[in-house]
Amino acid sequence: MKVQKETLFELYRMMLTIRLFEDRIVDLYARGEVPGLAHLYIGEEAVAAGICAALREDDYITSTHRGHGHVIAKGAELKSMMAELFGKKTGYCKGKGGSMHIADMQIGILGANGIAGGGLPIAVGAGWSARWRGTDQVTACFFGDDSSNNGTFHESLNLASLHKLPVIFVCENNLYGISTCQIMHQPISDIAIRSTSYNMPGVVVDGNDVLDVFHAAGKAVKRARAGEGPTLIECKTYRWRGHHEGDPNQGARYRTKDEIEEWKEKCPVERFARKLVGDKAATRKKLAEMEEKIKADIDAAVEFARESDFPAVEEMYEDVFVK
Amino acid sequence: MREITYAQAINEALRESMQKDDRVVLLGEDIGCYGGVFQVTAGLQAEFGPERVVDTPISEAGFVGASVGAALTGMRPVTEIMFIDFTTCCMDMIVNQMAKMHYMFGGRGKVPMVLRTNIGAGRGTAAQHSQSFHAIFMHIPGLMVVVPSTPYDAKGLMMEAIQNDNPVVFVEHKKLYIEKGPVPEESYRIPFGQADIKREGKDVTVVATHALVQRSLNAADELAKEGIDVEVIDPRTLVPLDKDTILNSIKKTGRLVVADEGHRTCGAAAEIAATVAEEAIYYLKAPVKRVTSPDTPVPFSPPLEQAFIPDEKYLVPAIRSLMEYA
Repeated sequence: MKVQKETLFELYRMMLTIRLFEDRIVDLYARGEVPGLAHLYIGEEAVAAGICAALREDDYITSTHRGHGHVIAKGAELKSMMAELFGKKTGYCKGKGGSMHIADMQIGILGANGIAGGGLPIAVGAGWSARWRGTDQVTACFFGDDSSNNGTFHESLNLASLHKLPVIFVCENNLYGISTCQIMHQPISDIAIRSTSYNMPGVVVDGNDVLDVFHAAGKAVKRARAGEGPTLIECKTYRWRGHHEGDPNQGARYRTKDEIEEWKEKCPVERFARKLVGDKAATRKKLAEMEEKIKADIDAAVEFARESDFPAVEEMYEDVFVK
Repeated sequence: MREITYAQAINEALRESMQKDDRVVLLGEDIGCYGGVFQVTAGLQAEFGPERVVDTPISEAGFVGASVGAALTGMRPVTEIMFIDFTTCCMDMIVNQMAKMHYMFGGRGKVPMVLRTNIGAGRGTAAQHSQSFHAIFMHIPGLMVVVPSTPYDAKGLMMEAIQNDNPVVFVEHKKLYIEKGPVPEESYRIPFGQADIKREGKDVTVVATHALVQRSLNAADELAKEGIDVEVIDPRTLVPLDKDTILNSIKKTGRLVVADEGHRTCGAAAEIAATVAEEAIYYLKAPVKRVTSPDTPVPFSPPLEQAFIPDEKYLVPAIRSLMEYA
């Protein structure tokens, strides 16, 4: 399938934005400016970028604890995100959610989610809601390899397929549930085969190849919008960092350095840059200019977060209930 | 006024809400042609179709989570969990998702859904179909907890629950489903946080929920023969709790019994007793008494179950004992 040049640039720009944002969090976390838990998406950028590029603004996503990439790809604004990670009142959640709870209903982000497997039923409900309201919106549901062992995975695929709901189940198989590698947590290597039990298509894609992800997403979105039901897309990928930034040795306790290095060779961002340059769709100079622009945006976001106020203590009591 | 049952009253509220508002949909196990195991949704699938009255698989986390996602995106689901015991199968969806999203997201998004379920022992269904752990939901900030005791209250509170923008845990009582009472045919809402004084009295305040309301009224009739004048207050919603009505009654009577079918430890009765201890202890003439289920699972054998159930046999002596304090 031919992809428009602008789309190619946009895919690259999105992956690079996520990478640079996350790289910056590594530094800010180490400095103590970003408190709490930061589960970084470095190495998996092609999944979020490829899936969300196939969605409309009014489509929905549900995300995970490792959600920065998903929400950026769905259009989240960097300043509000950064401020939220700093715990500031100008953040997406007024500083009350943090990294794992970024949400913006206006652009279809139904929340990152701190519970592994927690987003799957919610995505089913968003799909059902589109049916009930008579819209053609679709919902992309991100989750990890180990969440496919949770009951919610099976309940959600069953419900979505039974009712032919417009949901795309996107399994980011990064080979680890925290420290537990896939061969230790499930007796299969391709999670996509689990779609068979629920009578829906299941496909395996190279999760480090943004075009592969984008094409699979496009097919799944088309099928969902046409009322033909859900698809399970398994994206094989890898997280470079530890489970979270506080993970000792960045995950080297349960993974070999060789394994990590091998996957870094498959870097989805650099790989796509090489392709763009090789296909003469872009020059290195142009990509470098893009990088400078994104870095400036991230600098501005950090500055905004630093200058913003923390919420006042009284604000703790607000928003427990809708007034 | 015509009389209908508690189950029919809830059914009527659901029907009226669905007629008025297309966003209202029902989900649950066996709620369609079967009408729900307690017939609360009887006839609704025939009237509104299987798309709006959805029989779900046995997937509590799946369909409660789906209700959360639907509520976040503009629907108003009313979702049935067949017995409160089964809410344990979807506790993540209730506690971590439904209750917290509005707060975690800093006020972005809301979850206007009603989770219907029921409590109560007395049907010989043992420890996994008879529990009364509704107080668990009081402990989770972000949930409204509704505890109707009469058909009138059940209808008005359900109308309010569906139109409320917050997640509501609507806790019915399975022994009340067949109880009849006067219910207006027209639509009405009962605001949350307004207790109802079911009987006025000057000697002892009984704060009672669910089936304990009628049992307390029976006890009050009994004790009236001994010259003891009992006031019975039904909070109707545990979250929000109408503390003023309770405290004002204590200021009048100086004696308090709290009656709730939950277990004793950390139950609704414990919470109300603690509130009174903090805010009205100097008005008390006597210790606070709780009449609750004991801290045991619900036993099966009929004599054991009868001993388990908090009713008049415990209420009458508890209330009477407080009159020993001047």
